[in-house]
Amino acid sequence: MSPDVIQAILITVVTAATPLLIAALGELVVERSGVLNLGVEGMMIIGAVTGFGAAQITGSPWAGVLVAIVCGALFSLPFAVLTLSLATNQVATGLSLTLLGLGVAGMIGEQFVGLPGVRLEAIAIPGLVDIPLIGRLLFGQDPIFYLSILLAFGVWWFIFRTRAGLTLRAVGDSHGSAHALGINVLRVRYLAVMFGGACAGLAGAHLSLVYIPQWVENMTAGRGWIALALVVFASWLPLRVVIGAYLFGAVTIAQFHAQAQGVAIPSQFLSALPYLATIVVLVLISSNRRMTMRNTPASLGKPFVPDR
Amino acid sequence: MTRIELVRRPQHSALFSVLSPFIAVLITALIGGIMFAMLGKSPIGGLYAYFIEPLTEVWSIHELIIKATPLILIAVGLSVCFLSNNWNIGAEGQFIMGAIAGSVMPVLYPGITGPMVLPLMLVMGMAGGAAWATIPAFLKARFGTNEILSSLMLVYVAELFLDWLVRGPWRNPEGFNFPETRSFHADAILPEMLSASGRAHYGFVFAILAALIVWFMLSRTLKGYEIRVLGESPRAGRFAGFSAKRMVFFAFIVSGALAGLAGIIEVSGAIGQLRPAISPGYGFTAIIVAFLGRLNPLGIVAAGLILALSYLGGEAAQISLGVSDKVANVFQGVLLFSVLACDTLIRYRIRIVRPQPAATPEPAR
Repeated sequence: MSPDVIQAILITVVTAATPLLIAALGELVVERSGVLNLGVEGMMIIGAVTGFGAAQITGSPWAGVLVAIVCGALFSLPFAVLTLSLATNQVATGLSLTLLGLGVAGMIGEQFVGLPGVRLEAIAIPGLVDIPLIGRLLFGQDPIFYLSILLAFGVWWFIFRTRAGLTLRAVGDSHGSAHALGINVLRVRYLAVMFGGACAGLAGAHLSLVYIPQWVENMTAGRGWIALALVVFASWLPLRVVIGAYLFGAVTIAQFHAQAQGVAIPSQFLSALPYLATIVVLVLISSNRRMTMRNTPASLGKPFVPDR
Repeated sequence: MTRIELVRRPQHSALFSVLSPFIAVLITALIGGIMFAMLGKSPIGGLYAYFIEPLTEVWSIHELIIKATPLILIAVGLSVCFLSNNWNIGAEGQFIMGAIAGSVMPVLYPGITGPMVLPLMLVMGMAGGAAWATIPAFLKARFGTNEILSSLMLVYVAELFLDWLVRGPWRNPEGFNFPETRSFHADAILPEMLSASGRAHYGFVFAILAALIVWFMLSRTLKGYEIRVLGESPRAGRFAGFSAKRMVFFAFIVSGALAGLAGIIEVSGAIGQLRPAISPGYGFTAIIVAFLGRLNPLGIVAAGLILALSYLGGEAAQISLGVSDKVANVFQGVLLFSVLACDTLIRYRIRIVRPQPAATPEPAR
């Protein structure tokens, strides 16, 4: 394989990984605050459909991106109100957010089926893009890719280098102590959940404006769930999410290439690979208990009702 | 800022334990009415088309029972899982694997006929669903792998496996290349109950039986007590000598077997062959059924009928109002949200707190 072919393949890997990376980073912040939101898939598909729709109506893919982010954040609110203000079970509420999101997106999206999409074009960074071997891979990508890299470092910096990040971790590790210190636990969690929604919305916009610039029902195809698995895989460390997302991107793309090459394995088995890989990775991570336990937010999934 | 405050009740409210599902249905109807108004339809007409019209004709009640059957079977199994704090959300996959395993006889051995075929199919369906559910159970018990994610991932794998079977090795040799298996022979079809008036089959009887048996187990046996104790406090369960690991297997196998049974009943009773898509998401809708029924098998029977109604209403509203049948999925999502929100009333009193003018400092507590 020539270097150019390898670079072309790596570009597709990165494109497949970007929505996973963004959604997982958002969920990582949510889980660091002690909330488990299983609604990623639902918020992501809302981002995909609203982003596609806004781009259709305005003709501007950027409007699509913006609308997707806002709608993702807004769509996380019912989850936030129920789990935070009404202390409902987070697992069940997150599931219902996913079911609702898939339903609402299917309904909104009916009018978009079959329409040609508006593509968010790649931005080549002048000069740098001409570097051989890595130029196009790193500097000739779609804008959401650049954003995802900034986001990864931004989330890392926020969590480990800022006071607000320390507050976030405190809330996630021991909401009782954080409350006793005068931190408004619920406010921190509301903000974290909405940030997660915004990220999932952006990830959805990447799907419907960059990855497959079209609206297809259920187009997220489990990516929201894979993003959830990535957070566990990364043991709640942002930079490890980057590695995990690109590994999953590679599995997805390897499976496409194998199908295109006519490998003598039924295409359905190849399509199942990313899902099976998710399970294998989860098993490997969970069997190493020391590594997972160290970073797991101790209050994860537990409702907090302040005593008054 | 005005905010919501929760005040813990000393005891669970018996009143709201009964009322909460009804309040939830009311809230959903209200939101549904608003949604119809936003779509430019009459709210009353919309709700009528959804929830009343399907009940006005006999054939349609048969369809209601057909759709309620898988929902009840799956949700009854899920109640065992959820009560014991095992989050099996891969019932859709267990449904599909049950349908596949149960179809082995009529698809691969169509020459074998007789009265024993159907019972064998049902048993194989249960075994198929249970086997598929054992995977996340084993991974959770052995490695501590998150069962939510592993059971869900297996749904996609099961869907792809079914797709491969009906397009590849199990495709009907005389089927003009359609992606479907041969039609089941007469001995492999679950008979209809009252074939004069509609196509409802005996699957519903299995659903009611399953609900009764699991209800008895949960409320009248030591096993039921064990399920609740381990679900509420694994630590207390350990002191009582219960094994959380064994419970993981028990819960997943029971719910997998019931989902598998639902799968083969659906294929043998309602469809008559395997196709690439055999479920409109029954495995996920059943999660809503389980919660609306408050994880009580008898409540689940009622909840299953209500959710089945939403599927039928979706079809009816599409025909009579021209509203997308996708509205049904939105209804189902809103319903689960309302159910969960109303369940809060059982454990907490809700107080709306208005901003206070600068108060005198509170005495130290």
